Amino acid sequence: MMRLPLFEFRSPRTLEEAVRILDGQGPSTMPLAGGTDLLPNMKRRQQVPRTLMSLRHVESLRHVQLSDSGSRLGACLTLTDIAEDPRFRNGMTALAQASALVATPHIRNMATLGGNLCLDTRCNYYDQNYEWRKAINFCLKKDGNTCWVATGSSKCVAVSSTDTAPALIALGARVRLFSRSGEREVALADLYNNDGINYIKRRPDEILAEVLLDPLHGWKSTYWKLRRRGSFDFPVLSVAAAARFSTQGVVEDARIVVGSAASRPLVAGEASKSLLGRSLNPESIAEAAALAARIAKPLDNTDFDMTWRKRVTAEFVTYALRELRGNDMHVERESVTRHPLPQS
Amino acid sequence: MPNQKYTPDRPAKDSQANGEELRVIGVPRRRVDARAKVTGQTRFADDIFLPRMAHCKLLRSPHPHARIRSIDASRALAHPGVYLVLTGKDLPIEYGILPVSQDEQALCVDHVRHVGDPVAAVIAREELTAFEALDLIDVDYEILTTISDPEEALATPEPRIHDYGEEGNIHKRVALEFGDVEKSFAEADEIFEDIFFYQGSTHLPIEQHAAVATKDPDGKLTIWSSTQTPHYLHRALAKVLNMPPAHIRVSATPNGGGFGGKSDPFNHEIVVAKAALLLDRPVKICLTREEVFYCHRGRHPVLMKFKTGVKKDGSITGMHLQTLIDGGGYGSYGVASTFYTGALQTTTYHIPRYRFAGCRTFTNKPPCGPKRGHGTVQPRFGQEVQLDKIAEKLKLDPAELRLRIVEAPNTVTANYLRLSTVNLSECIRRVVKISDWKEKFRKLPEGRGVGIACSAYLTGAGLAIYWNKMPHSGVQLKLDRGGGVAIFCGATEIGQGSDDVLASIVAEVLGIDTFDIRLFTGDTDLGPVDLGSYSSRVTIMAGSAALQAAERARELLAEAVAIRLEVPKEQLRFADKHVFDSVVPERRVPFHEAVCLAEARFGTIGTVGSYTPPKSPALYKGGGVGPSPTYSYTAAVVEVAVNPVTGWITVPKIWIAHDIGRALNPPLVRGQVEGSVYMGLGEALMEEQEFRRLPKKLSHALVHKFPSMLEYKSPTSLDMPEVVTELVEEPDPRGPFGAKEVGQGPLLPIMPAVANAVYDAVGVRIDEVPITPEKIMKALAEKRAGRDPRCGPSHFPHVDWPEALRVPPPWEGGDGNAVNDVPRPSKPRPEKEKVLSS
Amino acid sequence: MLITLPAESQKSAHIRIALNGEHVDVSFAPYKTLLEILREDLSHTGTKHGCELGECGACAVLLEGKPVLSCLVLGVECDSRNILTVEGLGLEGHLHPLQDAFADLGAAQCGYCTPAILVTAKSLLDEHPQATRDQIRAALSGVLCRCTGYLQIFEAVEAAMVKIAEQNAAAK
Ligand SMILES: Cc1cc2nc3c(=O)[nH]c(=O)nc-3n(C[C@H](O)[C@H](O)[C@H](O)COP(=O)(O)OP(=O)(O)OC[C@H]3O[C@@H](n4cnc5c(N)ncnc54)[C@H](O)[C@@H]3O)c2cc1C
Ligand code: FES
Ligand code: FES
Repeated sequence: MMRLPLFEFRSPRTLEEAVRILDGQGPSTMPLAGGTDLLPNMKRRQQVPRTLMSLRHVESLRHVQLSDSGSRLGACLTLTDIAEDPRFRNGMTALAQASALVATPHIRNMATLGGNLCLDTRCNYYDQNYEWRKAINFCLKKDGNTCWVATGSSKCVAVSSTDTAPALIALGARVRLFSRSGEREVALADLYNNDGINYIKRRPDEILAEVLLDPLHGWKSTYWKLRRRGSFDFPVLSVAAAARFSTQGVVEDARIVVGSAASRPLVAGEASKSLLGRSLNPESIAEAAALAARIAKPLDNTDFDMTWRKRVTAEFVTYALRELRGNDMHVERESVTRHPLPQS
Repeated sequence: MPNQKYTPDRPAKDSQANGEELRVIGVPRRRVDARAKVTGQTRFADDIFLPRMAHCKLLRSPHPHARIRSIDASRALAHPGVYLVLTGKDLPIEYGILPVSQDEQALCVDHVRHVGDPVAAVIAREELTAFEALDLIDVDYEILTTISDPEEALATPEPRIHDYGEEGNIHKRVALEFGDVEKSFAEADEIFEDIFFYQGSTHLPIEQHAAVATKDPDGKLTIWSSTQTPHYLHRALAKVLNMPPAHIRVSATPNGGGFGGKSDPFNHEIVVAKAALLLDRPVKICLTREEVFYCHRGRHPVLMKFKTGVKKDGSITGMHLQTLIDGGGYGSYGVASTFYTGALQTTTYHIPRYRFAGCRTFTNKPPCGPKRGHGTVQPRFGQEVQLDKIAEKLKLDPAELRLRIVEAPNTVTANYLRLSTVNLSECIRRVVKISDWKEKFRKLPEGRGVGIACSAYLTGAGLAIYWNKMPHSGVQLKLDRGGGVAIFCGATEIGQGSDDVLASIVAEVLGIDTFDIRLFTGDTDLGPVDLGSYSSRVTIMAGSAALQAAERARELLAEAVAIRLEVPKEQLRFADKHVFDSVVPERRVPFHEAVCLAEARFGTIGTVGSYTPPKSPALYKGGGVGPSPTYSYTAAVVEVAVNPVTGWITVPKIWIAHDIGRALNPPLVRGQVEGSVYMGLGEALMEEQEFRRLPKKLSHALVHKFPSMLEYKSPTSLDMPEVVTELVEEPDPRGPFGAKEVGQGPLLPIMPAVANAVYDAVGVRIDEVPITPEKIMKALAEKRAGRDPRCGPSHFPHVDWPEALRVPPPWEGGDGNAVNDVPRPSKPRPEKEKVLSS
Repeated sequence: MLITLPAESQKSAHIRIALNGEHVDVSFAPYKTLLEILREDLSHTGTKHGCELGECGACAVLLEGKPVLSCLVLGVECDSRNILTVEGLGLEGHLHPLQDAFADLGAAQCGYCTPAILVTAKSLLDEHPQATRDQIRAALSGVLCRCTGYLQIFEAVEAAMVKIAEQNAAAK
């Protein structure tokens, strides 16, 4: 049986108490939410915090507020909470779909939104037991000095593997970070670095407290995830797309985000821009798909062949945009997800 | 509700029991061990907790190939909570499943052969302590050249991974020829040559291997282990621990899945046994998932080349098959596996002349061995895909082609396998009908397709691993005055329902309920030897032994009851927990009274039964692998949907018909068929035992790419298609109540049927398993470019084959011996040299 | 380095939980997960494990009625919570209809995934007494079964559903 290493355990009741515990501790004290990322990492000795600080009793992290003037989602909402709540539809469909496609039903009952946004980056050379990593003399991300994916690289290329981040970035989400020295609001798109080690701009003393969304009137959104099986698997490529249409069906605003193709979710800016003022037709869709695929640079450190993953990027953007246009995509959807999904 | 009602083909009659209708056999029943399973009370090995029990962890080699210069365990031993550290010198005696491959050591003494090879063991109060203390053991290694695949093994004779075997890093080479195959090619209208690759895969039982050993109060050793082969573990322990077998008791706990992966004696079992003896306290080990990948013994990766000659009408004139096999770091069952890659080609279709050459190499990876379908799965893939190509070229429907060439029942094949019942044609007709094949094949829209494939599998290996004249399975029955019946047998429950088979046969013969029976199985001290749960042998072998023991008991009871009821004993029937007069059924005694009557007359009632397979006509060297009392047959149709842009593939539905002989307990049989389909589908589409060689300039590392449950892709409930199962039942005279095997055969046709369906769907050939979207897309690109629309291996490396043993087939005057073999010595050779089967 | 903190620094932890409807107190090494506590400190070995990393689902139990993975729940986080394991499925000496159906319809082969699948199915049927085949497939997609190919499991869940509905109708 794989065992956790020893750790100190703290369980604050309020956010204030929590940030006090984190204050000045650096990365050796880590927040524990659902534990579905952190605990496996600890068992594999990838992350060995000295102190775990549970967020379970911090009630304020579990609120949901949905209103015409925008929405606030507490970081400790579980992914089941989100996937099963019919209020997360229309503009927020992409978030509901992304949540519903994470891992397994069991894990979604435990996993939190905040944990999903802070999820450690992943790599076939890193997400391994201690003994395995010893056999490759470790890697750049932890305990070693070579990146085995790209041996010439001085930067870790572990992959951002969160499902909800691309979806939320497509929805223009911001997050609120709390620390003892205050709070700040960051656009989710700016929260991440394209660096497998320092993948997140959250400081170790900060708690990601909530996700903020502007009103999404007139927006439609969707999320497409690539993985081998119908459940369990992390995304190895994903496409989130959101668009606001005029009554004539002209795109007034659009955001396409490609996930799991780099160490951070990639905003396909040019692809998104190319749609503005146009209706979604085969030409505009194909153009956007080609532009979006250009930025995806998958590497050989996840499941599936990297060139194939790149090829699928364009296809998924096409699916997503056709879906936003109102095409019936259920055949493609069922074939890819094998999963009944929340529909808009 | 169950979507398919079970309907037997013919009224269940003809019994080896009562000459009457069967009341237990063939009736859908709750299996005897079901209650324990659904209440969580089945005691698996890791569920055993004993007072004072210590925990063991193994330190494993981080190097794929190295010599051990020295080991210093002093820091670990000094660590608080550590009781004992063992290293190779504590357990130096070599062992292995086959007598010809005694090449393993419980802890490597001076040579590690793959990442994960164990070099030391820490036994501590807590498992966490044992784990942490592993890091305190200092091992000094001298790195050796890494050999990562068979081609590299052929090209790199030095350093040798083992200093036995053929030469260099070749473990085993075999060559057999049954008739002049070159001549048969000359007689053919068309010759087909194809190269295929079958990737390795692993068993992935959800239960990780575990074992608990303890020194009994009288100083003997008891070990509980999740093993499929307690008998062979018993042998290995006696050898390595240098202890009298009589002082060792092996109890196979019910396995949480095995599939062949728990059929070897394992280093961790030997280590905890030794530790328990030294410490005089119970010691447990439960492997992590990663360690299970290091035990492996799974499907060998096999490169194969088929050359087949056919007439215009589809009949095969001859076949030449070559296989190159990646064995991994140890022998395991590999010699048998090598023969198996060529053994069963002749059992499905008539092949008048056949040549086979197989070569297994050592590589620095966890050893391969027997996985469901042992060794026959890979060439079956090649053969069935090639047949699809043949049918296309000859403009024949592939189902029709197969029907034309199906081998006849009661035949002796070119390689001297004696077939009994063969209902493959019926299987083909059934799947063709229920799948609506004729409306679908080459008629579905682009992107949809169907494929068909067939197979055969052994109902128990005809030869034991150790050649001797003793039975392969034994059963003892004890009948007591309360009417209880106890079955004692070495057979091991691995989920397949072996306990239920034994109980149902005994219950049928004695006219009692299966729940009136107590089972004591899988225990070397409690029951007579059964060789183990492998090669689909339990139903036929332990089942036949149980049948014999039960019939003997019935005989005793009948004799005593006949006197009491004053009727001839032939007139008695056993049913409904009574023994009664078939003429005047009111005249009867309850079963428990019958036991008392018999006991009064004969003394304590206990009977025995045993089973030895019939002699095989294959007398040539190597002929020990392949013979079986009878073979099961399967045909399957698979439907696929392929995205023509991305190659994304899904399987919506599968139809399968299996020639079972007789279904002893229909829901269990269906479960074996569907479980096989499931596992086959995993191999067909996503499962891969894949390795990573780091850049040679920077590292010698060769690691399993993803030894985890997450990255080794076992299909989930969302990935499983609808399956329609048909059972074809013609009782086979060689099986108990006519039963043949079902645990493995139905896996075999799935992978080739998927490949053939992909061709029907999008017109590309994937001559390789697994069939992934990437490969399909690659082949589609070839197709668009006007090149060969195919993805698969293109060359078969040169192997120095030995001169083939020439065995003329039966129809060319052969007698089962090779004409060019050195004459067999008349006196028996020592066990070590004999040819083996599994 | 594998050794993180000296073991002596760890006093044992203590919780009280409602396990299968019964209050139990348990002391344990504080690094342990619920899985380890159930099996090692509470002798409830019905809950199994196949990876301890969240990748197989064999360790599923119901926590406040919802299926979770006991290998990823810290023991110290379980105080005062309700836990249901396979040992608590049966009702007053009888098997739960799911258990009966699994036993009769071949849904348990080796039986190793069975406890996890059973509690997961129970939670599904508690919430959706008329679950569709799609809902069953999705709900069970967090537990791997390597033996059955799942189909007999789906059928057993459906059969139990009918049985439960009948029982409820009879009770009314
Ligand atoms: C088998 C398996 C499959 C999975 N598949 C997927 C998948 O398909 N898609 C996917 O996205 N994920 C997947 N995951 C990963 C994980 O389950 C999810 O990402 C989950 O949402 C993580 O949330 P959590 O609450 O469990 O995080 P935790 O493990 O508790 O925490 C994760 C990280 O975030 C930090 N953290 C958590 N909450 C906060 C907060 N509020 N403020 C600051 N820091 C915080 C923690 O310190 C830790 O570093 C999978 C995991 C497993 C084991
Ligand atoms: S043991 Fe595998 S998910 Fe918990
Ligand atoms: S019954 Fe064996 S794993 Fe499910």
